[in-house]
Amino acid sequence: MKKSLFGLLALAAMSTTALAADIKPALVYGTGGKFDKSFNEAAYNGAEKFKAETGIDYRDFEPTGDTQGEQAIRNFASRGFNPVVAVSFAWTSAIEKVAAEFPDTKFVIVDSVVDKPNVRSVVYKEEEGSYLVGVVAGLASKTGKVGFVGGMDIPLIRKFECGYEQGARAANAKIEVFQNMTGTTGAAWNDPVRGGELTKNQIDQGADVIYAAAGATGLGVLQTAADNKKLSIGVDSNQNHLHPGSVLTSMVKRVDLAVYNAYADTKGDNFTAGVQALGVKEDGVGWALDDNNKPLITPEIQAAVDKAKADIIAGTVKVHDYMSDNSCPK
Amino acid sequence: MDFFDILVSILGSTIRLSVPLVFTALAGLFSERAGVFDIGLEGKMLAAAFSAACVAYITASPWLGLVAGIGVSVAFSLLHGFASITNRGNQIVSGVAINFVVAGLTIVLGQAWFGQGGRTPQLLPQGRFSPIILPGVEALRGIPVIGPLYANVISGNNILTYMAFLAVPISWWILYRTRFGLRLRAVGENPGAVDTAGISVTWLRYRAVICAGILCGFSGTYLAVAQSAAFIKDMSAGKGYIALAALIFAKWKPVPVMFACLLFGFLDAFANFMQGKSVPLIGEVPVQIFQALPYVLTCILLAGFIGVANPPKAGGVPYTKER
Repeated sequence: MKKSLFGLLALAAMSTTALAADIKPALVYGTGGKFDKSFNEAAYNGAEKFKAETGIDYRDFEPTGDTQGEQAIRNFASRGFNPVVAVSFAWTSAIEKVAAEFPDTKFVIVDSVVDKPNVRSVVYKEEEGSYLVGVVAGLASKTGKVGFVGGMDIPLIRKFECGYEQGARAANAKIEVFQNMTGTTGAAWNDPVRGGELTKNQIDQGADVIYAAAGATGLGVLQTAADNKKLSIGVDSNQNHLHPGSVLTSMVKRVDLAVYNAYADTKGDNFTAGVQALGVKEDGVGWALDDNNKPLITPEIQAAVDKAKADIIAGTVKVHDYMSDNSCPK
Repeated sequence: MDFFDILVSILGSTIRLSVPLVFTALAGLFSERAGVFDIGLEGKMLAAAFSAACVAYITASPWLGLVAGIGVSVAFSLLHGFASITNRGNQIVSGVAINFVVAGLTIVLGQAWFGQGGRTPQLLPQGRFSPIILPGVEALRGIPVIGPLYANVISGNNILTYMAFLAVPISWWILYRTRFGLRLRAVGENPGAVDTAGISVTWLRYRAVICAGILCGFSGTYLAVAQSAAFIKDMSAGKGYIALAALIFAKWKPVPVMFACLLFGFLDAFANFMQGKSVPLIGEVPVQIFQALPYVLTCILLAGFIGVANPPKAGGVPYTKER
């Protein structure tokens, strides 16, 4: 109540000074491309939602290489765009540099932390969302073996894997978890062929649920699982519709929320810098249930996931964060 | 999972990963044996993958996709030919240019047509080449060793896979047992002699690059329409260069080319399998070691340790008719 009152006051103050929130938001995607049906597309959806609600247009840019991010961010900042949202850990050093050059511009970085007074760092507790889909996988697996295919081998992706493993183990203590990373360079986000081969490899070893956290590479994972009549788990956006009947669920990461909030907060003049960690509790991560995967989710699974979710929120279940100590408890 | 199951799984993977290499390396074989270096294999493969995926998506027919893939790939081959045969340009520059143009063009066109960040929409099952189960799989399944090998390595591949391994003896027959093949090899060694015999060097080299285009069309189509179900930017992921390495490794001969591709495919499959597994005594081996092996092996070969790889003598040299 107090907060909304402050908001109203702030709004009133602004309208009198005629600084009405005419913001010029900008968005810089990761190198996976805007419509990757995953991470970047979620960011795009958030920006679109803001545009639909307020009528304020935004500018976006799709860098195709690791060097373009900094140019794009600096370009937006120098042309007066505010706030500038960069949605990839790959732009960490770029934001660090550019934020220092433009202290009056507000920046948001998703998936990484930059300690500057004008930067908001939005990170997700992916381990919690992955834990939930891990529980689903553990209960849905008939062979007692589940797989994980990651994109680039970075601590962030290990964090997905670690949460998934913990969830699967919570559902079935004897479960075996296979894990593969597609590569060690940015190309690993765009290699569906290798993703598919890694998936086939895990299926051959007995896995019947495979979780892909690999950007566009994941499309190859889901395809291969569907071709082999196995189950898969999508990531970032809701990917259940890609192969109905084969995609068991998706670990939804609300990147749209980060983008939308950044724009809305700037518009409402209540932008705050600092770290925002969005978990299950904040609805920043979760699992997707819709008509496409409803037949696959038994009441038993549903109940178990709901319980896991409640436990995480209540704090009775603590999901270990890989990035806190760069290791995963076995 | 015992040792034999692992082996079967890796071999199956080897076959799938080798197919684009076999097609592409054979494409390079035709072109280079005729004296036209082709560094643009990667680009042609990518162009073919893109056009095959587009057409297969629109028409829901993988065969029309294949036709489109071959068509576009041949068009790029002719461009390469026009630059380097007719206009006697530098073959390497022309090939590199094709790689760059295609890498950009596919993304731009894909974005303009489908608006999915340079990707084409996912193909439906009827728009793809699906696996063929060979007869007798069930009958043989009970037999140890042969049964699983037949079911998981020989059978269950798509038609393009069988075409790839069929293309090897056919290429050998064309190159070594036909008049065209003899002349093609001659034009790569001594175009002057071929010209003296009254045969057009230009037309012969054009036919060679067209053959290369057709084969690249197959490999690109395999990537997008058989192995995956969509075009994704840069999906060739350096396979054109690996194929080139295989070609050099095999000293420009068709059957060794197949084995070189199988070896490189095996290394890739093995790398996928070894990821995260520890080897006794050594511990966990970084996968990058296996991924780098094709290049390392080629370097060793080029340094002369395994044998001298002699490229066709007239390779890379545009032919100028004496007046």
